[in-house]
Amino acid sequence: MNTEARLSIRGQAPAIVRRNPPFSPGRIGAMVLRYVYLIRGSWPRIVELAYWPTMQMILWGFITQFLIGHSNFIAQAFGILLSGVLLWDVLFRGQLGVSMSFLEEMWSRNLGHLFVSPLRPYEMLVSMMVVSLIRTLIGLIPASLLAMMFFGFSLYSLGIPLIGFFFNLIVMGWSIGFMASGLILRAGLGAESMAWAAIFAIAPICGIYYPITVLPNWLQTVAFFLPASHVFEGMRAILVDGAFRPDLMINAALLNVVFLGVGMAVFLAFFRSARINGVILQVGE
Amino acid sequence: MLHPAIEVTDLAKHFGSIIAVDDVSFSVSAGSTTALLGGNGAGKTTTISMILGLLLPTNGTVSVLGEDVLRHRYRVLPRMNFSSPYVDLPRRLTAAQNLKIYARLYGLPNIRQRLREVAAAFDLGDFMDRQVASLSAGQKSRVALAKALINTPDLLLLDEPTASLDPDTADWVRGYLKNYQTATGATILLASHNMGEVERMCDDVIMMRAGRIVDRGSPPELIDRYGRTNMEEVFLDIARGREQDGDWSSATQ
Repeated sequence: MNTEARLSIRGQAPAIVRRNPPFSPGRIGAMVLRYVYLIRGSWPRIVELAYWPTMQMILWGFITQFLIGHSNFIAQAFGILLSGVLLWDVLFRGQLGVSMSFLEEMWSRNLGHLFVSPLRPYEMLVSMMVVSLIRTLIGLIPASLLAMMFFGFSLYSLGIPLIGFFFNLIVMGWSIGFMASGLILRAGLGAESMAWAAIFAIAPICGIYYPITVLPNWLQTVAFFLPASHVFEGMRAILVDGAFRPDLMINAALLNVVFLGVGMAVFLAFFRSARINGVILQVGE
Repeated sequence: MLHPAIEVTDLAKHFGSIIAVDDVSFSVSAGSTTALLGGNGAGKTTTISMILGLLLPTNGTVSVLGEDVLRHRYRVLPRMNFSSPYVDLPRRLTAAQNLKIYARLYGLPNIRQRLREVAAAFDLGDFMDRQVASLSAGQKSRVALAKALINTPDLLLLDEPTASLDPDTADWVRGYLKNYQTATGATILLASHNMGEVERMCDDVIMMRAGRIVDRGSPPELIDRYGRTNMEEVFLDIARGREQDGDWSSATQ
């Protein structure tokens, strides 16, 4: 250490302004910056974000090309499988974006530092939503553009409703991501597979590739309570019948209000449980 | 009248049938450096976690800088900070990125200037732009301490601040913290297993064993009371259950 460094205690620091509002865009911005640094600092991470959606799209594009000569349903609505796979990825990446951001903090054993700072848990949730949105767009946009190049199909042909589909799916993904993150916080990294697996529990029920009517009656009832089911039904209504179904969009949005509220409440309950059981300082690889 | 920086009353923490902290009461004077000592499992880290509000007590109250931590934790968090070898900074981020993020989380007004100051104070210039993962243990500790002081805290809680440091760096850290306290009037509560460090830095020592406070006093008082020559011998006496009678409880009032 040099002498100058030894003598510098506060430097010429101005008086510290201890602004501490209950909701701070500055703190949310700090957390978003943390994840942006992480993504930006590793080109394989950026490639990986776009890689899986693109591979899925190519796979289902060729399946579509094969089925188009063998199925009237597919022939009538070219792109129904490609739209399904791309929109499913919004749901999947939305959830993964939240869960992975939280796992990054657990892997790096940083939660103790974060939660002795003025950062509120709900501010962390908001930052995770923003990062999830960025990650999902990084994955979706290249895959959708390549679908145009390879198969001549544009996801954007869904029109304005695509915006509603996108946000309904990503919000549902966030909700499940919050629940999975809370569970991982409470149960430890032994439960980290939840970050990947949680969303697949609803995949067979929400009608990504087939109408909900294919399901047994009792599963159709379960599907009715999933926002994603209404989104995928709405998507098919546009592609097959050429009709926008506002009722399905409204159903999805209302259900998502409940899903998001429950997801946040579950995370905060697990967070409180973690404070009771003393796991926040113990988590890590 | 000045509040004590920390006031802990009837604090207890049970994990099922395990009693980690058992009805502990003490106060820490503003501007003092106080050590929380004890063997492994004595309850030091649990107590510090409850003071930080990271752990909710089974019973009791914690007041920090005049605020009830259980009810108004967020009023006091901007005025305190913490460092521990059990908590890391994100390893894939550079030292500068980490410090910038924490400066933002604490709402500091002039972040570039503050980063320059802590970089100079902790001699971080050579590795500010390196990933934390690539730093030596000593360099990581300096970055962690820079983070702990980024908001110029009035209360600093340090869990083993010089663990894993070489003697030269550890000596520098101790000197730095002492100077910081003299310059700012901050209060420092530290848990340590380094008795030389405690003798050099601390005005007051709280000794814990099995979740309870078993003795308290300044290092010279404790050394005198136990008829020993240094704090290491006092520590061994207490850890092995050979406490001396003393009116240490009056010091908690």
